[in-house]
Amino acid sequence: MTTVAATAHTTHAHHDDRSFIRKYIFSTDHKIIGIQFLFVSLFFLVIGGLLAMQMRWQLGYPGQPMPGGGILPETMAPGGVILPEYYIQLVTMHGTFMVFFAIMPLLVGVYANFLIPLKIGAHDMAFPRINMWSFWSFVVGGLVMLSSLFVPDGAARAGWTMYAPLSARHDFSGASLGQELWSVSIIFVGLSSILGSLNYITTIINNRAPGMTWFRLPLSVWSLFITAILGLLALPVLSGAAIMLLFDQILQTHFFDPAVGGQALLWQHLFWFFGHPEVYILILPAMGMVSDIIANGSRKPIFGYHSMVFAIVGIAFLGWLVWGHHMFMSGMNPTLGSSFMVSTLLIAVPSAIKTFNWMGTMWRGNLRFHVPMLHAVAFVAMFVIGGLSGIYMAATPVDMFIHDTYFIVAHLHYVLFGGSLFALFGAIVFWYPKMFGRMMSEGWGKVHFWLTFIFYNCTFFPMHILGMAGHMRRIYDPTQYNFLQPYQPMNRFISISAFLLFASQLIFFVNFWWSLRKGKPAGQNPWEDNGLEWSLPSPAPHGNWEKLPTVYRGPYEFSSPQVAEDYLPQYKRLPTDREPASALLAGH
Amino acid sequence: MTHAAATVDQMRPPYPAERGLDVYNTKLGMWIFLASEVMFFAALIGTYIILRFGAPGEWAKPGIVLNIKITAFNTFLLICSSVSMVKAYASIQDGDQKKMRFWLLMTILGGAAFVGIQVYEYLHLIEHGFLPSGVREGSELAELVAKGTLPAATMGLYGSTFYTMTGFHGFHVTCGVISMAYLYFTKALPGKYTKLNYGGIETVGLYWHFVDLVWIILFTIVYLI
Repeated sequence: MTTVAATAHTTHAHHDDRSFIRKYIFSTDHKIIGIQFLFVSLFFLVIGGLLAMQMRWQLGYPGQPMPGGGILPETMAPGGVILPEYYIQLVTMHGTFMVFFAIMPLLVGVYANFLIPLKIGAHDMAFPRINMWSFWSFVVGGLVMLSSLFVPDGAARAGWTMYAPLSARHDFSGASLGQELWSVSIIFVGLSSILGSLNYITTIINNRAPGMTWFRLPLSVWSLFITAILGLLALPVLSGAAIMLLFDQILQTHFFDPAVGGQALLWQHLFWFFGHPEVYILILPAMGMVSDIIANGSRKPIFGYHSMVFAIVGIAFLGWLVWGHHMFMSGMNPTLGSSFMVSTLLIAVPSAIKTFNWMGTMWRGNLRFHVPMLHAVAFVAMFVIGGLSGIYMAATPVDMFIHDTYFIVAHLHYVLFGGSLFALFGAIVFWYPKMFGRMMSEGWGKVHFWLTFIFYNCTFFPMHILGMAGHMRRIYDPTQYNFLQPYQPMNRFISISAFLLFASQLIFFVNFWWSLRKGKPAGQNPWEDNGLEWSLPSPAPHGNWEKLPTVYRGPYEFSSPQVAEDYLPQYKRLPTDREPASALLAGH
Repeated sequence: MTHAAATVDQMRPPYPAERGLDVYNTKLGMWIFLASEVMFFAALIGTYIILRFGAPGEWAKPGIVLNIKITAFNTFLLICSSVSMVKAYASIQDGDQKKMRFWLLMTILGGAAFVGIQVYEYLHLIEHGFLPSGVREGSELAELVAKGTLPAATMGLYGSTFYTMTGFHGFHVTCGVISMAYLYFTKALPGKYTKLNYGGIETVGLYWHFVDLVWIILFTIVYLI
C-alpha cells in the first residue's frame, strides 16, 4: 500500500484524468467512496423500512390481507395475509438491514470516509485501495443478505441477534440457506468494517495537516476515531462468532448446540461482547456530528470541548464492560448481573456530560434553526428519552419485568432512529453541499423534519406503554392473548403513524434527488462553519487541496471578538497567529 | 512510488503533517490490523477454553488423535521461517538485496512447507475418521471411542475447535505466503527494496511474526495440553 499512499499526494486537484470506472465505480477517492456508501446504505434503509411496514401491517391488522401483499409468493403471504414464518423473517431482516446495512454504514462508511480527510486536512485516506475494498466488501455482504430474502426456505429467522441454537440448527429454524447466507454476509460486513477502521485510525494518527493537534480536532473526527477503535476490536469477535455459527450450519460442528456439548449461551456472550460496543458504534459518530452542527447552529464554541472528548473516550471504554446487561434473563449469576448493572449505569455519567454540554452550547446562543440544527436538537431530545429508558433496562429488577417486550423496542428505536437517524438526516443536509455542490431545499427540509418528528414520536412513544403492558417483542399476533386485546387500538395507532412516518420520508428522498440537479448552488461555505472542509470549493475536488492547509485554532471559534464575522475558520490566519512548528518544518 | 524510491526516505510518515506516531502509514496500519487479529483469535481461543472447561466429560488425551511429532516439526519449521524473515529484514537494512532475496525466499518456502504439512495432516486425520463434527462412524477412531480410549461425549467439540482454530491459522499462513510471494516477484526481484525503502519487508514481517506467535499458542493448547 505504500504505492498508493505515495501516489495519492502527487495526484493533484486539477488534473483528473481517471476513467469513469476508476472515478465512480472502483474509486479510491475517499469522497466518492463516501458517496457510494451513502447511496447503497440509503437503498438498504428503504429496504429495512419496507420490511418494517409489513410488520406494522400485521400488528395493526392481524390476519387481514395486506394491501399490495398479493405480489408476495404463497410461502410468505398467501392472499396477502402474512404468515408467522414470514413475519419472523421480517423481524430478523429489518433489524439486520437497519443495523448492519443502513445505520452503521451511513454513520461510519459515509461520514468517516467523507469527513476524516476533509476535516483533518489530508489529501486522502492513508490506504485508498483498502478503502475501496472496504466498500466493495460491504456491497458483497449487502447483496448476499438481500439475496437471502429470495431463497426457497426464506431468509434467516432467529432475530437480528441470531440466538443459538435456533440459528445454529436448521431443523429448529426451518430455514437453511437463508441462515447460512446471513452468516456469510455478516463475515463480509465484519471484513469491511475492519478494513475501514484500520484506515480511519491510521489516517487520523498520521495524516493530520500541520497545526491540527489532537485537541484541535472537531468532535466529529474524535468520535469517528473512537468509533473506529471500537469497530476494529469488536467486529473481529462478531466475525469469529459468525464463522463458528456458519460452521455449525454447514460443517455440523457443535459450538452452539447444547445437545452435543456446545453452549448456546456462548453465542450470546460473543454476540453481545461485539454487540454492546456496536451500540456505541451506532451512536458516537452521531454525537460527534451533532456537536459540530449544534456549535454551528448556536454560533458559540462548543461547551466543554475537552470534557466532550473525554466523555466519548469514557463511553467507549465502559462500552466494553457492559455486554452482560443484554443477558440478565438468559441465566446469569445475580452477582455478575449486579456488576453489569453498575457498569451500565456508569455510562449515564459521560452521556449526561455530553447532553449538558449540548444544552450549554445552545444556552444564550445566537440560534440559527436551519434544517441540520433542527435535526441535531431533535437528536439531543430523543437521545435523552432513549437514554433514560436505557437506565430502566440496566436495572436488573426492572429489566426482569420489561425484558423482551415492546419497551426495549421503544428504547432501541429512540436511540437508533430518534438518535442516530435524526443526526444522520442533519448530517446529510449539512454536508450535502460539500458532497454535491448544491443545497437541499430548506423549506421541504423543514416540512420533512416536522412530519418525521411528529410521526416518529407517535410511532415509538406508545411502544413504551405496550411494553409495560407485557406486549412481547417478536410476537406475530398480539390479539391471541386476552390481556393484550385492549391495546389493539394503540397498536393500530402505531401502525398508522408508522405508515405516515414512512410516507414522510418520500419528501426527503425527492428533496435529495431534486437538489442533486436543481438545488441552489452552494458556494464554498454555505453554513459559515469553521472546519477545514469549507476552505475547499463545493464539491471538493479529487485530492482535496493542492497544498495542504495550515491549522491555527480549534474548530469551534464562533462569535470570536477577533473578527467581524461570527465565525473564525481553522484555516484562517490572523496577524497574531504564529505558524505551527510542524508547518515550519514542512516548509509551508 | 517508483519515481521517488531511490531518493526519498520511504520510512517516514507520508507527507508533511502534524506529528503523528513517527512511523510510516503501512507499518502503523499493520499494527492496527494486528490488534484486530488479536481479537479475532481471542474469540476462537476463548471459545475453545470455555467449551473445554464446560465440556460434558473428559477431553481427549493429547497424542491419541493428533500426531504431536509431525506438528512439532512443523512448529519448528514455522519458527525457522520467522528467523529467516528477520534475516531478510536485517539484510535489506544493510542494503544487501541479494541476501534479502535469499532469506525472503527461504521464508516463503518455510511457510509453504508448513501449509503443505498441515494439509497432509488434515487429509490423514479425515482418513482416520476425525471430522469437524466429531468421529466418523465405523472409522479407526470410532473403535478407539468404543474401547473407551477416547471420550465419546467430547469428540464433537474436539473436532469443532481443532479444525476451526488450526484451519484459520492455516488460512492466515497461506495469506502470508501469498503476500510474501507477491512482494518477492513484484518488489524484491526487480530490486525495488533499498536501504531507505524496505517498508514492505518490515510490514509483512510483522504479520509473519504474529502468525508465528499465534501458532505457538495454538500448538500448546491444542496439541500439548
